[in-house]
Amino acid sequence: MTDSPLLDVQGISKTFQVPKGPNGNDRLRALDRIDLTLRQGETLGLVGESGCGKSTLARTLMLLERPDQGTVRFGGVDPFALRKSELLRWRRRVQMVFQDPYASLNPRLTAAQIIAEPWHTHRDLFRTSRERAARVRELLHLVGLRPSDADRYPQEFSGGQRQRIGIARALALGPDVVICDEPVSALDLSVQAQVLNLLNELQQALSVSYLFISHDLSVVRHVADRVAVMYLGRIVETGTTDEVFENPRHPYTKALLSAAPTLRRADRERKQKILLKGELPSPLDPPSGCRFRTRCWQATELCANTPPPPTADPTTPGHTAECHHPLDTRVSAAR
Amino acid sequence: MTAIGMEVSGLTVELTTPRGTTRAVDGVSFTAHRGRTLALLGESGCGKSMTAQAIVGLLEPIASVTAGSVQVDGEDLLKVSRKRRRQLAGPTLSIVFQDALTALNPVLKVGTQLAEPYRIHQRMPAKRARAKAIELMRHVGIPEPESRVDSYPHQFSGGMRQRLLIAMAVALSPKVLIADEPTTALDVTVQAQILALLAQLRKEHDMAVVLITHDLAVVAEEADTVAVMYSGRIVETGPVDEVFEDPRHPYTRGLLDSVPVETERGADLSSIPGAPPDLFAIPPGCPYQARCPLVQDVCRAERPALETRAGRAVACHLAEGTAQ
Amino acid sequence: MTLLENPPEAPAPEAPDRPARANWFRMLLADPAAFVSALILLLVAFVAVFGRQLAGDSAIKGDLSLSRLAPFSLDHGWQYVLGGDLLGRSLLGRLMVATQTTMSVVVPVVLISLVIGASVGMWAGYHRGRRETVAMRIADVILSFPSLLMAVVVLYIFSPSIASIIAILAITRIPVYLRTARAESAELQTRLFVDAARTFGTPSGAIIRRHIFPIVLPTLLTVATVDFCYVMLAESSLSFLGIGVQPPDVSWGLMVAQGRDQLRTQWWLSVLPGLAIVITTVSANLLASWVRIATDPGQRWRLTVPRRRRRAAGPTVLETT
Repeated sequence: MTDSPLLDVQGISKTFQVPKGPNGNDRLRALDRIDLTLRQGETLGLVGESGCGKSTLARTLMLLERPDQGTVRFGGVDPFALRKSELLRWRRRVQMVFQDPYASLNPRLTAAQIIAEPWHTHRDLFRTSRERAARVRELLHLVGLRPSDADRYPQEFSGGQRQRIGIARALALGPDVVICDEPVSALDLSVQAQVLNLLNELQQALSVSYLFISHDLSVVRHVADRVAVMYLGRIVETGTTDEVFENPRHPYTKALLSAAPTLRRADRERKQKILLKGELPSPLDPPSGCRFRTRCWQATELCANTPPPPTADPTTPGHTAECHHPLDTRVSAAR
Repeated sequence: MTAIGMEVSGLTVELTTPRGTTRAVDGVSFTAHRGRTLALLGESGCGKSMTAQAIVGLLEPIASVTAGSVQVDGEDLLKVSRKRRRQLAGPTLSIVFQDALTALNPVLKVGTQLAEPYRIHQRMPAKRARAKAIELMRHVGIPEPESRVDSYPHQFSGGMRQRLLIAMAVALSPKVLIADEPTTALDVTVQAQILALLAQLRKEHDMAVVLITHDLAVVAEEADTVAVMYSGRIVETGPVDEVFEDPRHPYTRGLLDSVPVETERGADLSSIPGAPPDLFAIPPGCPYQARCPLVQDVCRAERPALETRAGRAVACHLAEGTAQ
Repeated sequence: MTLLENPPEAPAPEAPDRPARANWFRMLLADPAAFVSALILLLVAFVAVFGRQLAGDSAIKGDLSLSRLAPFSLDHGWQYVLGGDLLGRSLLGRLMVATQTTMSVVVPVVLISLVIGASVGMWAGYHRGRRETVAMRIADVILSFPSLLMAVVVLYIFSPSIASIIAILAITRIPVYLRTARAESAELQTRLFVDAARTFGTPSGAIIRRHIFPIVLPTLLTVATVDFCYVMLAESSLSFLGIGVQPPDVSWGLMVAQGRDQLRTQWWLSVLPGLAIVITTVSANLLASWVRIATDPGQRWRLTVPRRRRRAAGPTVLETT
């Protein structure tokens, strides 16, 4: 792991034009000045509930959406300023694994055709079809499929196997960063563990970085080195996984963690469930000041008037939360 | 022991498809007690949803119940006439589906839909039924029910729609409530709200709740008893705490070990190799044999029966061996 | 969890041996209706090419003694097995000649409108936005004219030749394909596998070719077989008005139209060419639905399962999403 970030996102915002909402607003701010960094070989977990903008962020990083403002830099290069051939080279370095292994594979192509698909665009990677076939076999092996699986169609595979094909396709261009958008949420538990293990092995073998998007906190806790928590288009808390999970400073993070059901009785007895009041506000009409204040149990007038600045934890500087009244669980736990 | 709400015994559902006939649910038996939650736990394709569909009589045309009984209030739901079944649906037994958007009629106002149980079963006049609907909405925690009673389902968020569905299900305070993956489509914070609501209603109405889910943590938090299903059969059942503390079936153990807790970051999660057997090619013997780490010859030859010992039941030849 | 989700977890039926994956002929044999249809269409194609030579003089030179000869008798040679027309020409011979004319109008019309309509439609549906709006408005404009009326006007102005009939009919049929292709393409371009292709930097043309066209094609073929019939009738209407195929040349539609007056007395004059239209269209339709199944890897197994078992199974459950 090196210190200079591989992927550096600074202040990107994305607004969508949508049909008018109840208050007459038709501009949905899906991303609001997002900052994040990803270092080589690192896994950054991105946590948030549906509608918080995490998928838009993934799509923006894959250049499927163009941000209204802010910069994305990958190895110091801004992909939105690149021209055709350079852009293709950029694409090789950032690839994506999709959520739904049923919808993300074209049902009319065989596994081998799907895995080899990127090479139709990136023709210079392999000169001969024999090289390609050999590489497909390697990739199949890498993700734990049999060579005989090459000529089968997606619907002949189970969900876990399909996701392996999706992973092989993402690796076909030899990326440095793989954006995993809920890669295991469509899978059964026993299969989910297989795929998580595979992603882990691949990271160690290829030293790729993952941006791991998930709503499942236990999965994120298992795979991520650092975590970013999103709420209504903003990243409200970031820090190392242990820091964020053990000492959440943003009330939303704490509520999210407490809401997740846990298997172990000991954990259950220790933690107190925080049932958030109300619903996620409409992103068309986000609350003034702090976005979380409408559901926060310690909101004050300050929260309604002023957007909270990111404040770092004095003891662990890498751990920041956007909150006027950050929690200090260590103090309360000691009491 | 609390009163029995529903007793399912030997329930068998056969599927007829182009590939032949197979048992999707094979001799499933369980008892749901009033005021308690029984969880049917299993992965996709294990037959847990089909069990629910068979109980409420909503099987798809290719599936049919070939054996078993479902006793509620001294009546066998599988034997009663269609008319009687319709009378029982609501006051005796009701179901909450996973997908609230498709379970609600998109072109009817929610108030109309919520009033329906009262209109049909109690022949309540429209005005009173509407008042009841508003009361119901308030009870399940929908804010401003007076103004929202005339909204359409799409105007509600996912969590609110699930509340509406639950409201409809408990309108006539049924004795048994089947909840088929009620929170799978929801976010964690909303899931927590919905599960809390279900628990509250269970106490109020003294319902027997059958919670169908794939989520072990939800089972651990919400259920009193768990029945683990695999390949159409119950492989292990007992009080949740005991089963999760000391799983006796290798499949239950494998599932519990697959949950990413306690494991170090970067360390391998233990996983169950392979995938469940094809429904149309279930091997003789134990259905779990191909994935079981403890498999022996007897597992390939003989199908293990569900044997009960002290409130726990396991379908495994090697149950003793795994118990310690 | 529903029924539909179960099968994918299990290997699909053909998984163990996967027979006859690309054996089109065997798949065709597995569906007798499609097989017969294919044979009929081959025959039609053959007649369309060689019909004029085979029919010889009997189609042109009438023998008035055989006028209004009833069909189904071999007394006057094989040419007269389907009877004779008012001028004593062989009906079979006329049908064979008409096959060529009909096909030389209908096939180019369907092909041209299919190719143009599908390409523009897929392009418009894929890109959405302004391109879609412009394409759809143009289609609406074409559709808003009654297509026959437009043909009549144009053909009165220009001389009625085969080429101008083809051109005008093709233009009026383009919107049919354009709308179908656009609708499907607009839906497909939101699919995740198309997004995946975009993340590799695949150009839009290649995405349309690889991911959209193969899925839209079976639908388009079905539309085309229906349209096949429509174009035949449109051509006969034009011919009937005297601005289509010019006598002594003849087409199926023209034969139906000409025999109309004798329907009570000499029914075969219009019924037999009508039958030719129906049989050809139905065959094309059956074959199109076979193509739909055979080109879909998720459905293909149906053509490898013995027919009896398929029937017994009733409703289908192994539909893949």
